[in-house]
Amino acid sequence: MCTVLIFHKFHPLIALVGCLCVAWFVQGCSKPSNVETALNENILHFGLGAEPQHLDPHLATSVAAHNILSALLEGLVSEHPETLKPVPGVAQRWEKLEEGKTYLFYLRDNALWSNGDPVTAHDFVYSFRRILNPNLGAQYASMLHPLKNAKLYHEGKKSWEEANVGAEAIDNYTLKITLEHPIPYFLELLNHYSWFPVHRPTLEKFDAFEKMGTPWTKPGNFVSNGPFQLIEHQINSVIAVGKNEGYWDASSVRLEGIRFYPIESVDTEERAYRAGFLHLTQSVSADRIDYLKEKYPDELHFEPYLGTYFYRFNLKSPPFDDLRVRQAFSLAIDRQRLVDKVLKGGQTPANTFTPPGTGGFYPQPQFIHDPKKARRLLDSYLSEKGLERLPPIELTYNTSEGHKKVAEALHGMWNEALGVEIRLFNMEWKVFLSTISKGEFSLARAGWIGDYVDPHTFLHMWRSGEGLNMTGWTNASYDKALKLGETSNSEKERWENFQVCEDLLANDFPVLPLYFYVHLTLRHPTVRGWYPTLLDHHPYKYIYLQKEEAP
Amino acid sequence: MKKFVFSRVLQAVPTLWVIATLTFFMTRYAPGGPFDTEKAIPQEIKVKLESHFGLDRPLFDQYLLYLKNLLRGDLGPSFKYPGWEVSELIATAFPVSLTLGVLSLSIALLIGIPAGIIAALRKNTWLDYLPMSLSMAGICLPTFVLGPLLIYIFSTQLGLFPPLGWYGPADWVLPSFTLGLFYAAYVARLTRAGMLETLQQDYVRTARAKGANPWQVVTRHALRGGLLPVVTYLGPAFAGLISGSFIIESIFFIPGLGKFFVTAAFNRDYTMVLGTVLFYAALIILLNLLVDLLQAWLDPKARQAQ
Repeated sequence: MCTVLIFHKFHPLIALVGCLCVAWFVQGCSKPSNVETALNENILHFGLGAEPQHLDPHLATSVAAHNILSALLEGLVSEHPETLKPVPGVAQRWEKLEEGKTYLFYLRDNALWSNGDPVTAHDFVYSFRRILNPNLGAQYASMLHPLKNAKLYHEGKKSWEEANVGAEAIDNYTLKITLEHPIPYFLELLNHYSWFPVHRPTLEKFDAFEKMGTPWTKPGNFVSNGPFQLIEHQINSVIAVGKNEGYWDASSVRLEGIRFYPIESVDTEERAYRAGFLHLTQSVSADRIDYLKEKYPDELHFEPYLGTYFYRFNLKSPPFDDLRVRQAFSLAIDRQRLVDKVLKGGQTPANTFTPPGTGGFYPQPQFIHDPKKARRLLDSYLSEKGLERLPPIELTYNTSEGHKKVAEALHGMWNEALGVEIRLFNMEWKVFLSTISKGEFSLARAGWIGDYVDPHTFLHMWRSGEGLNMTGWTNASYDKALKLGETSNSEKERWENFQVCEDLLANDFPVLPLYFYVHLTLRHPTVRGWYPTLLDHHPYKYIYLQKEEAP
Repeated sequence: MKKFVFSRVLQAVPTLWVIATLTFFMTRYAPGGPFDTEKAIPQEIKVKLESHFGLDRPLFDQYLLYLKNLLRGDLGPSFKYPGWEVSELIATAFPVSLTLGVLSLSIALLIGIPAGIIAALRKNTWLDYLPMSLSMAGICLPTFVLGPLLIYIFSTQLGLFPPLGWYGPADWVLPSFTLGLFYAAYVARLTRAGMLETLQQDYVRTARAKGANPWQVVTRHALRGGLLPVVTYLGPAFAGLISGSFIIESIFFIPGLGKFFVTAAFNRDYTMVLGTVLFYAALIILLNLLVDLLQAWLDPKARQAQ
């Protein structure tokens, strides 16, 4: 009775108005999706994955930052959209002198900042000086260490002038760069955002030369020289860039803008893609591959990605201080089975540390599967130590379903081949990093994505004393071969030396390469001019949107 | 009443100080630091970064400096996003969480209270079993299941609402319902329990005996007392709702406060952790005070106690 009374109070007119409101609201909700409107607006909707920590190219450290900064800024050279080979950027041409130890870059006079100022050689010198400034604390400053005497200045041992760092503006449009030694991949290196220029008057206005966290990177302040300029930044929501009409090659830029969405959850990103909110996703959940292969066969892309997934041994603690145990652990792994049966995402087994084909280098596969030999090696170790079996081994990884899956699969393989008990320890990311850097582990997960397409980006990690090494492994022969590979001008000689490095890694087993990454992404068919590249770099000025052709 | 409010505000000061102190030292003693990255940072760079954020000073000095800045309302810059002040990030994200929280709470109350009243009035009939079973399902069904389910039905299949984002009123519907339905379930059960107890009271029986119609009995006499458990629950629930929900924000890609709350801890973003914890604590204190005042208005016994 009471409920009847409650409803009795409603006037029919109120109900009618309510219905009309709902109808209007629902009508308003059913608007066209981003992907549908994008064809008219020429706006690319881009799944960014994560919110970048910085938009300052000298402080940025992430893939997300690269994806935005490569739209906003342009370095001396740019990248070919398919091969990533250097093509003219701000420099319209360059000369290689002294067998590659010196470069003369001739800057175009029509390269402008978004406020109309010309981009000059002085801007580049100022930018290099800034990132190397020891007071700035730039994490990627070491990317500029190939510049002559840059390290002296960066380490605070000498001033810029005293060190005579190898970057000099001959005039407004000529930049001379002198290197410590010839570097065959130097031009590719210039496409890393740490080499990008910044607009000096803007930084001076915000006193940002040696200070981080000033507001110069916010919309309205950021002055760019790339194909796009920053128009909006709502943290954790959207970063919008619009076409920079002052860009020297603006006529080639076909997109009117890009919207970057920092959607961290892969499931949310996939839903966004399926609803037409995004043109492309940053990644795809491994658990969804089978479904997406079936539903979106032409939109799911498996693209090679320059990265190696591996485990580190701690050579400072038993039993991995013994080569036979490390070797046995490596030989017991069936990497092909790992990628085929466990990962199933198009990854390839890592029988070398450097992904084959990196910069044209194809190392000889050495990390093979031989469980019988693995057993013999372990038995030899156990009998020498008077043990019946190995004590349980701790395997540490940062909390993630994917890492857990790999760890469990390896646990199975080691248990089957060697009868070893593995204890899996998952840790929250920061705890994991702290634990590994203190060397408090036996066996730990790791991964490495190359910064440039050259074997050096992988092999330098294992140099004695290198911060990334963390295994306790040192080898003078390795350091020597790496140095020769770094500095030689002959490709043949470089590859020979890098092969020596690979051989030494496979002889001493400080690491356990497992598989090479692939980049899994959903991409809408209307996105054109997008090519798979090893670094997942996609120069935006070549990208455009075009309606799907009828079958 | 003024004295009561004044004393509660005074009590809030030491409470916030204790929370700030505990949070400050707990975050500092947690393993890992804000500058730990997979790519090892050279020691000299780490020193510069620590100096920039004042982490090179003795811990107690940092604590005193933090309290001093806090008194001036300065929460400091975020460690994770150094270009942004913590207060700026909270000010950006809070209106989003507040909107979502208010909408969700409205849905929770609009659904939960009538369902609870009907269930209490029609005890042990299908009008009791149905809403109570649904509410039990609502409590058991986590938001990370309900959210994608609502997206699948109302966005993917029917195309009525956007699946994610926070750009206009249409985007508010699905997240508000996902969060609101979860709370509606609790509200319904609490309302039913409160109403059942109140309906047994002598004053309700008297009202009935005097011939008041059932509508008047419920709205004028029983509802006030029946809603007391709901009001008690609403304070912390509303603080939780408006300080953001990490799961809902993650599912629907909403730039609210919940994400900062959770990721700040993972990132060891010390200033952000302190900022969000203090903000949440202040909200809880404020809303508990409002609840006490509301209870006093609803319940004469509570008014006398105060």
